[in-house]
Amino acid sequence: MRRQAREPFDESTIPNDLCPIATERIDLKTGDWRAERPVVDRDKCVKCATCWLYCPTQCIQEKPTWFEANLEICKGCGICADECPHHAIMMVEETEE
Amino acid sequence: MVCDGNEAAAWGVALSRPDVVAVYPITPQSSLAEYISQFVADGIIQADLMDVEGEHSVLSVLHGACLAGARTFTATCGQGLAFMFEPYFRTPPLRLPIVMSIVTRDGITPQCVWGGQQDAMTVREVGWVHMYCETAQEVLDTIVMAYKIAEHRDIMLPVNVNHDGNYLSYGVEKVVLPDQEEVDDFLGEKNINWHVALDPERPMSVDPLTGGAEGSGPALFVRYRKGSCKAMQNALRVIQEVHEEWEKRFGRSYAPLVEEYRLEDAKYAIVTIGSMTGAGKDAVDLARESGEKVGLIKIKTVRPFPVQTLRQALSKVKAIGVVDRSVSFGWNCGPMYQELLSTLYLLDERIPAISFIGGLAGADIRIEHFNRAIETTAKALRGEEFSEPIWLNEKD
Repeated sequence: MRRQAREPFDESTIPNDLCPIATERIDLKTGDWRAERPVVDRDKCVKCATCWLYCPTQCIQEKPTWFEANLEICKGCGICADECPHHAIMMVEETEE
Repeated sequence: MVCDGNEAAAWGVALSRPDVVAVYPITPQSSLAEYISQFVADGIIQADLMDVEGEHSVLSVLHGACLAGARTFTATCGQGLAFMFEPYFRTPPLRLPIVMSIVTRDGITPQCVWGGQQDAMTVREVGWVHMYCETAQEVLDTIVMAYKIAEHRDIMLPVNVNHDGNYLSYGVEKVVLPDQEEVDDFLGEKNINWHVALDPERPMSVDPLTGGAEGSGPALFVRYRKGSCKAMQNALRVIQEVHEEWEKRFGRSYAPLVEEYRLEDAKYAIVTIGSMTGAGKDAVDLARESGEKVGLIKIKTVRPFPVQTLRQALSKVKAIGVVDRSVSFGWNCGPMYQELLSTLYLLDERIPAISFIGGLAGADIRIEHFNRAIETTAKALRGEEFSEPIWLNEKD
């Protein structure tokens, strides 16, 4: 649990069958249920930022000479691979680990 | 004073001192939206008026206002209610005590801007409390009472106060305006967001993902669903208590759930809802003069459905004719008829029931229509069978 700015609201002050509320933050990573992951071929990447522009989860991070997906966030949709004008991104199937 | 049902509703709102009102006009609710706007402009209602771009935003704005602790009001009907449906569905499980008038209108298509109860009846199963009024005075009084019901700690549910488009919305009647101080005393201190809030002092995430196939999610979901159902059942009690208190303080009495009219020695009864009831009672009086042992049962509260109260009323008669102002397409009958059939199952004895459908698309249900309903129900009492609904305005 990440540190919260204020003390959590005391849920015991209200009936527990009223309204769904959450008073503690649990991080849910959208990268946890990906079927395929984008792999960047750095030789082909010209750092044009097309992937960065198209990514619906805005998970593309800038590196020294290339861009790549933050795999904690990336859902594996493949839009970056589809849009890359230099065909520098391959979608690779995730294994059990 | 003398006013129509829409103005009476606006006065009910003014007396309840809302903090935020949001409206989008739609016939036959439009003049109600206009009265609200006028009252805000004149300082009669000291609330923020949100003029938004459509009904979906109307209710979404009120969600936010409620979470910030505001008492809120809106009104809509027909297609406006249809457009509002997404936030409408979310309001009861968020347990937001919003009060909303539905100035009932028939369903499009065929294209139609006139009264009927198809809109409100169609959304009755979503978790809002639904009460139907018979007179302009009852509209005003019920709107004030609705806040007390909605904000009751055992309920915390949104309430629809419904009145018939055209007949109540534009029909002018004598209306008594309750005293503001007495209404303030009746409603008491408001505390809208004690349980769920957008408040930096009480940090919480409202409505996080709940459910799924694993973990504690599904059980949590069930807990909230059961909580909503329990609150609905609590409302049966609280609606009665609030009506009783209203009578004590203001001297006007309404049957909170179900009204019985001339039922004591009745052999059969017609069942009504909303403003048609006046003509129904007149028809019953006339039939009584010619010796018919007929009575009338009026349903005011449709959600929660007053099963036990209705059961008691139904146990006094041997046949019923249910007059609906809307249609259950899938059952080929009126929706109240359909629900009355479920209630009849609880009786020891099996009695005949007939579905009448009238007053669609602004049509009047007059005494002659009720005469027909009474005569037909009398035939059913004598053993004649009616397997199809009877459409009262078919040959007008």
